[in-house]
Amino acid sequence: MKGEKDQADLGCREALHRVYHFLDGELTPERRDAIAHHLDECPPCGGAYGFESELRKVIANRCHDQVPDELRDRIAAALDHETEASGSTGSSGPGASSRA
Amino acid sequence: MADQATFADDTAEFMSSLYSAALRMTRNPADAQDLVQETYLKAYRGYGGFQAGTNLKAWLYRILTNTYINTYRAKRRQPEQTELDDVEELYLYRRMGARDGMGGRSAEEEALASITDEEVKAALESLPENFRMAVLLADVEGFSYKEIAEIMDVPVGTVMSRLHRGRRALQKALHDFGVARGLVATQ
Repeated sequence: MKGEKDQADLGCREALHRVYHFLDGELTPERRDAIAHHLDECPPCGGAYGFESELRKVIANRCHDQVPDELRDRIAAALDHETEASGSTGSSGPGASSRA
Repeated sequence: MADQATFADDTAEFMSSLYSAALRMTRNPADAQDLVQETYLKAYRGYGGFQAGTNLKAWLYRILTNTYINTYRAKRRQPEQTELDDVEELYLYRRMGARDGMGGRSAEEEALASITDEEVKAALESLPENFRMAVLLADVEGFSYKEIAEIMDVPVGTVMSRLHRGRRALQKALHDFGVARGLVATQ
């Protein structure tokens, strides 16, 4: 394994072990550099990292949902009601002043 | 001190992601709507206490998570599974990604690109709650470990542990959907 010749180099095992912390941006700059170096130099680890990085984007991008209009309306109405009930100036709403 | 008059404008950009998070948490659209509405109301009422310039998104998610735990988790009748089976690291990559030869790279890209919205959502929703919340806060919403710790009110070490196991379980769930679709060869 490449790790033996240079103290700053990481072995594959350690690089893969930390790949998520790396992706999360949660490493110290030194560790980050050491792992980035290893990923550049080691095709199998680089491949694994590339896959995990793409997978992360897939997970982030595929988890969107359309907010129903009725929810937006309900929230706007609830906030209007709240503003009125507390007596502060805000958009005017229907006449009832009792709290929901 | 933040001003309630600007609350609606300040928070508008977060409604969509809060709603998605609520759906993943409650797994029920009606409950998700109620949860988001309640979150907005609580946030509005407490907005005077929010320090402008600090992380508003994290603050909102803290309210969402607390409201979920206090209102919906308490209601649930079945006990929640709190443990996860061990799953090996790089589960999906080892099955979808590691290909030799010329076609390897594009096969892997194709496999990832073919994962549907429904599969990601269902895979997340299949995780036990604490793992599900940690993974969604990190991987969907991009919060740091420290922010997640504050949102979930647990130590950073717990966050890391839940992420570690939750992500692996997520990969296994995605793999199982892929197998069901005939995308991945069973081995």
